[in-house]
Amino acid sequence: MLTASGRQTLLSTVVRGREMFALDDLAPLFQLTVHEDTLGAITVSYKNRTIVLTPNQTLVSVNGRLLSLSAPPTREGRRWLVPVDFVSRALAPVYDARIELRTDSRLLIIGNLRVPRVAVREEPAAGGVRLTIDVRPRTPEAIKQEGEQLLITFEADALDPSWAALPPTGLLQGLTVIEPATLALDLGPQFASFHTSTQAIGATAGRITLDLLAKGATGTPPAPAPAPPVPTPFPRATPPAPAVPSVPSAPASPLPFPAVAPAVRTIVIDPGHGGTDTGVKGPHGTLEKNITLAVARQLKAMIESRLGLRVLLTRNGDQTLSADDRAALANNNKADLFLSLHANASFRSSVQGAEIFYLGLDQEAAQAAQAAEAGAAKMPVFGGGTRVLEILPWQVAQARFVQESATFASMIERQFQGHVPLDGRGPTQAPLRVLVGANMPAVLVEMGYLSNPTQEDQLGTAAFQQTIVQALYAAIVQFRNYVAQQPGAPAAAAAAPKPKPGGGQGR
Amino acid sequence: MRSRRLLAAGGIVALTVLLAWLLFVELPRRAGTHAPPAAATPAALAPAAAGSPAATGRRIMARLFYVANDGLSLVPVGREVPFGETTAEQARALITAQLAPVQPPLVSAIPAGTTLKALYVTDKGDAYVDLSPEVAKNHPGGTTAELLTVYTIVDAVTVNLPAITGVQILVDGQEVDTLAGHVDLRRPLQKNLTFVEAPAPPPAPGKP
Repeated sequence: MLTASGRQTLLSTVVRGREMFALDDLAPLFQLTVHEDTLGAITVSYKNRTIVLTPNQTLVSVNGRLLSLSAPPTREGRRWLVPVDFVSRALAPVYDARIELRTDSRLLIIGNLRVPRVAVREEPAAGGVRLTIDVRPRTPEAIKQEGEQLLITFEADALDPSWAALPPTGLLQGLTVIEPATLALDLGPQFASFHTSTQAIGATAGRITLDLLAKGATGTPPAPAPAPPVPTPFPRATPPAPAVPSVPSAPASPLPFPAVAPAVRTIVIDPGHGGTDTGVKGPHGTLEKNITLAVARQLKAMIESRLGLRVLLTRNGDQTLSADDRAALANNNKADLFLSLHANASFRSSVQGAEIFYLGLDQEAAQAAQAAEAGAAKMPVFGGGTRVLEILPWQVAQARFVQESATFASMIERQFQGHVPLDGRGPTQAPLRVLVGANMPAVLVEMGYLSNPTQEDQLGTAAFQQTIVQALYAAIVQFRNYVAQQPGAPAAAAAAPKPKPGGGQGR
Repeated sequence: MRSRRLLAAGGIVALTVLLAWLLFVELPRRAGTHAPPAAATPAALAPAAAGSPAATGRRIMARLFYVANDGLSLVPVGREVPFGETTAEQARALITAQLAPVQPPLVSAIPAGTTLKALYVTDKGDAYVDLSPEVAKNHPGGTTAELLTVYTIVDAVTVNLPAITGVQILVDGQEVDTLAGHVDLRRPLQKNLTFVEAPAPPPAPGKP
C-alpha cells in the first residue's frame, strides 16, 4: 500500500481462490469503524458515511447505493474478511482521498500520488543491449551514471515497475528500484557508454529506449521501433536531428539526438495581467485580470479532465507577472502551445466582439530573428560526442512559430464563429510583447470588450465564460490533431492561412 | 584719371562683397541646405530646435490619425500643421498636433493629458518620441486600444516624413516594455498601415 507517508504492507488472505482483506486490518488504516448488528449485517462507518455488508451476499450498500463485490464477506474466526475490491468499489466512493487498486501489480495507492507503471524489456542489439522502458502515464525522467549504476529517476512519488527476470550479462547485471522513484541498472564490466531516446506512445504514455554499448563496439544501434502511432516530426523540431543516435566512438563528431515525437503534450494558459496590473476596468467595475483568471482555470480543468494533457497556468492567483515571467514558464516547461487570455478595450464604447492575435514582426525585427536563429553552439554531452544546441535570444523565439500560431489562431476563430461574438477583423498580426519570447506556437485572445457595458456584463457570466472555454477547448483539440497529422517536412507553413500583414508592412 | 581709378577699385570691392554674399549667404539659404548630419554618435541625437516652427508662419498639409467609426482601426485626416525647418522640428510639430485634443465626431487614440516632452531623430532615421506619463497612466488598456495609440504616433511620423523609418516611444524619458501590457515598445516600430482604414475607393468614371 502506497500513501503519501510511504509504502507499507497490507496482508491478505486467500479464501476459496479469492484474495481477501480483513476488515480489522483496514479499519485503523482508513479510520473505519466496524459494527456488527444483531441481524448479522456489518456496518462500516467512515466519518458520517456508511457501508453496509451482508454475510454471504455480494451486494453492498454504499451510502444507500447498491454495488456488487466480487465475493461475499466471509467470517474467519472473530474476523470478517472482504474481497480486495471492497477497497476500490465500496470504500473509494466514500473516502476523502483517491484510492486506486492495481490488482495486477498488487498495489493500493491512497491519495493523489504519481505512480507511473514502468515496464522494462531487454533485447540484444548491435554493439550491446537495448532496454525499452514504457512509462504510463508519461513521466519526465532524468538519466545519469553514478559509478557502476545507471540511474533513471522519474518525477514521481513511487514506481509501479514490471520486468521479466533478466539473466546477468557483462553489460547489465541486474535491475532494482530505489525508493521513491528511481530505476537502477547495475552495469557490468563490459559497459562502455549509453544512448537514450524518448518518444510518445499515444496521448498519455511514453517510451524510453536505452542502448547500453559494450566496450569496443563499433556498430550503430538500430533505430528504436516506432511507437504506435508514430506522429511525424513536427516542424518545430528545428535541428535536423536524425532519429538514430550515433555511437560515440569518435567523440569529436556531433552526436545527433533523436527528435521528440511531435505532439501537444503541455499547454500553458496565460491569464492576462494580475496583481497591481488590473488590465481593463469596465464601466461597471469588472476587472480584466479576474475575467482572464476565471476563464483560464475553467479551460485548464476541461483540458486536463478530457484530454489528460499537462496544463500550466502562468498564474493561479492574483499575482503581478512580467511578460518574460509568462514566456519563461512556458519555455522552461517545454510547452507545446501558449495561449494568452485577455479582455479588450476600445476608445469607442460601442465596439464588441472577440479578436485573436498572433505575432507580427516588422521587417527589421524579422531580419534580427533570422540572424539570431543562425546561431548554434556545439556542447559536449555525457557519454562522449557533442550536441548542437540552439542559442536563441528570447526576444526572437516566436519568429519561427508564426505560421503555426496563425493556424491555431484561425482554428480559434472558426470555433468562436456562431458561439462567441467576433469583432469581424479576423486573426491579426501584431508585435505583442508576451508572445515574442514564447518558443512554441502562441496566440493571444481578446475575449470581448470590457469597455462595452453590455459585453462587460456578458463576460462576467458563467454561461458566457463556459461558451468561450468550450470554443477554446475545441480549437485546442483541433490543433492537437493537426500537429499529430503533420508530414515530416515543416509543412505547417503550407497548411497555415496566409498571414495578414500586421507586423510593419505598409499597404 | 585718379578718380576713375578709385571708382574702378571701389567697384571691384563692391562686386567682391556682392559675390561673397551670394556664395556664402543667399545661395545656401535658397537651396535650403543645412549643416551636414553629424556622425552616428550620441551627439547626433539633436533635439528639435527650441524655436517654434510656427514662428515662420508657414504650414504644411499632413495626415493625422484618429479612431475610425468601427473603433478597431485608425482613419487618416488631412490637417495643416506648422512647417518645421528640420526633420526633427517637423516631427515635433506633427506629434504636437496629433496629441492635441479633438472635438467630436473625431476621437483620438491618445490618452487624455498626454504631452510631448522631447523628440530626437538619429542619423539612421529612427525617431524617439518621449511622451508624458499620462500616455500610460490614462490608457484604457486592451490590445486593440493600445495598438491604435501606438500606431497613431508611429504612423503620424512615418507617413508624413518618409525620412523617418522607425519610431520608438519613450515614456517620461525612459524606454518602456509596453504602454498597457501588450504592444512591444522595446525597439523602434516601422510604419504599419494594418490598423489604418483603407481610403474609400474613388468614384467610378462617368459618375458625378
